[in-house]
Amino acid sequence: MYLKSAYEIRDKYLRKDMLPTIFCPGCGIGSVLQFTLRAIDDLKLNQDEIVWVSGIGCSSRVPGFVNFDGLHTTHGRALAFATGIKLANPNLKIIAFMGDGDAAAIGGNHLIHAIRRNLDVTVILINNFTYGMTGGQVAPTALKGLRGTTAPYGQFENPFDIAQLAVSAGANYVARWTVFNYLQGINSIKKALQKEGFTLVEFLSPCPISFGRRNRMKTAPELIRWYQKITVPLAKAKKMKPEELEGKIVIGEFVDRDRPGLVREYQEYIKRAKKMMGWEQ
Amino acid sequence: MRYPFPVGKSDFIQGDEAIARAAILAGCRFYAGYPITPASEIFEAMALYMPLVDGVSIQMEDEIASIAAIIGASWAGAKAMTATSGPGFSLMQENLGYAVMTETPIVVVNMMRGGPSTGQPTFPAQGDIMQAIWGTHGDHMLIVLSPSTVQEAFDFTIRAFNLAEKYRTPVVILGDAELAHMRERVYIPEPEEIEVVERKLPASEEEAKLPFGDPHGDGVPPMPIFGKGYRTYVTGLTHDEYGHPRTVEPEVHERLIRRIYRKILDHKDEIISREEFMLEDAEVAIVTTGIVSRSAIRAVKILREKGVEAGLLKLNTVWPFDFDYIEELAERVDKIYVPEMNLGQLYHLVREGANGKAEVELIAKIGGEVHTPMEIAERVVG
Repeated sequence: MYLKSAYEIRDKYLRKDMLPTIFCPGCGIGSVLQFTLRAIDDLKLNQDEIVWVSGIGCSSRVPGFVNFDGLHTTHGRALAFATGIKLANPNLKIIAFMGDGDAAAIGGNHLIHAIRRNLDVTVILINNFTYGMTGGQVAPTALKGLRGTTAPYGQFENPFDIAQLAVSAGANYVARWTVFNYLQGINSIKKALQKEGFTLVEFLSPCPISFGRRNRMKTAPELIRWYQKITVPLAKAKKMKPEELEGKIVIGEFVDRDRPGLVREYQEYIKRAKKMMGWEQ
Repeated sequence: MRYPFPVGKSDFIQGDEAIARAAILAGCRFYAGYPITPASEIFEAMALYMPLVDGVSIQMEDEIASIAAIIGASWAGAKAMTATSGPGFSLMQENLGYAVMTETPIVVVNMMRGGPSTGQPTFPAQGDIMQAIWGTHGDHMLIVLSPSTVQEAFDFTIRAFNLAEKYRTPVVILGDAELAHMRERVYIPEPEEIEVVERKLPASEEEAKLPFGDPHGDGVPPMPIFGKGYRTYVTGLTHDEYGHPRTVEPEVHERLIRRIYRKILDHKDEIISREEFMLEDAEVAIVTTGIVSRSAIRAVKILREKGVEAGLLKLNTVWPFDFDYIEELAERVDKIYVPEMNLGQLYHLVREGANGKAEVELIAKIGGEVHTPMEIAERVVG
């Protein structure tokens, strides 16, 4: 794949008057943003027909930096807002840029119901195991033993596997990568953007300042090495025993299917209603 | 355009049904809701009608999602509504504030029941007046309407959409369980008989660049809806005229919030609606809103028969509140009575308006029954 220079992508898609970003050194959100913009660019999607939606948190500030229509909403509610946008104007393509706490904790119910409905949206999910913007509290994705300001002795709860949750709830496309799997990441976003229904690409993303610092990995390279250690590609994981997978995170493409999306289902519903009322044959 | 209910004639329908039909005639094409007594029939009517007029009706996972969805729909260009009752309205408060901050036209119906908490789901009350006005956090300004008959439920709903679009603001309709489930004769006009206001859209690229500015000097910026190529960024954070977050500059916050106040308060004479009944020569004024107004009209008649010079002021708009008008009224009358179905919410506003110029007495009633006319009359006679 030929990659355009980052400058070209920046000049084409970012709002220069909003720069610099609020992101800390070593943060992975910028990388994921770049993957998303490269996917949009590669697919030659119309910039005026894409709406970025987000909730609250570091990753949710992304719609402010990109030169698209954008709705920066309340904590956890991005997908509920997205439901209204998409159904009111099905011509718009929607990207929801979310964090792990945003999507899986406060927004957990909206997440599973948006997936159940097969809402036509592409979720780009930044998973850094922490609430970065509020200062490093523990997130529902944090593996057991990881520390946060609200779990100073190490997380004692079980973590959510968001990708698996999305597969079970009925998403059409689900993939998970680290931010260092950039080619797979871009390809996954491209696939997701072209599909009908609910699509989700999760990225394990470094947060040295709020998360790494409290877990003896205060620089991005340390986090890279840690991610390399704890992630297992799907093909390899299939051959591993459950005890070997303890504490590991599987990466790869988990599902790719074509169930009808919410917009199509609703349009059919309108036809059915008119037929049942004798308004149309 | 074909409508799924008769237009240009009267019908005998519930308050909830009247609100649904009015919304559709006002141009509402997006409804998101979550079932709750006594507002569910609004949703059920919308579910029946919306697909037939190519609109959307969707049952969301909760009330938070419902109001979120209608805000999203509004930014995508649709007129949008949700309806709920007290507990659901509480859940909506965060996003109601988001709608205020982002200046999103939406209509939220709250068919009040007895509370707090799950309280009395099937009984009427007026316990959410303060919640409607001040429920969300921070300084904010919105519009609250309060119908007392099924015809008013219909008429005020059309007005709610028009006010929401005109002032780019959320509008709350406060009804109650009595009004929701009561059937009355309502005139459903032909679409041509109804004045329908559409939101102001940007007239140029320049205007579109200022989605939170004041290019027309009326405090209401044109709304650059999504998908038109304007690339608008909307945030609940304190933002400047361009929509850029500016959270640490006191003057930006002050400018934004004061304009949101100003766009409503500068037009309060147009927004505020009230009705007077035998008030010109009254020595005793009864001030009411919503369902209690109906008993109060009868109470005034009873009092007049007994030789008491009573009159009624019925507030169709609860917020913004005309404090000056109440003060003028207080100067004219000896005493003001405020019958309401709570332990004193409208009473606080009336007393503040009266400003000590007349004694203000609360006639509170809770438990799920509307005041009888005699209950009001007897308190006035003493």
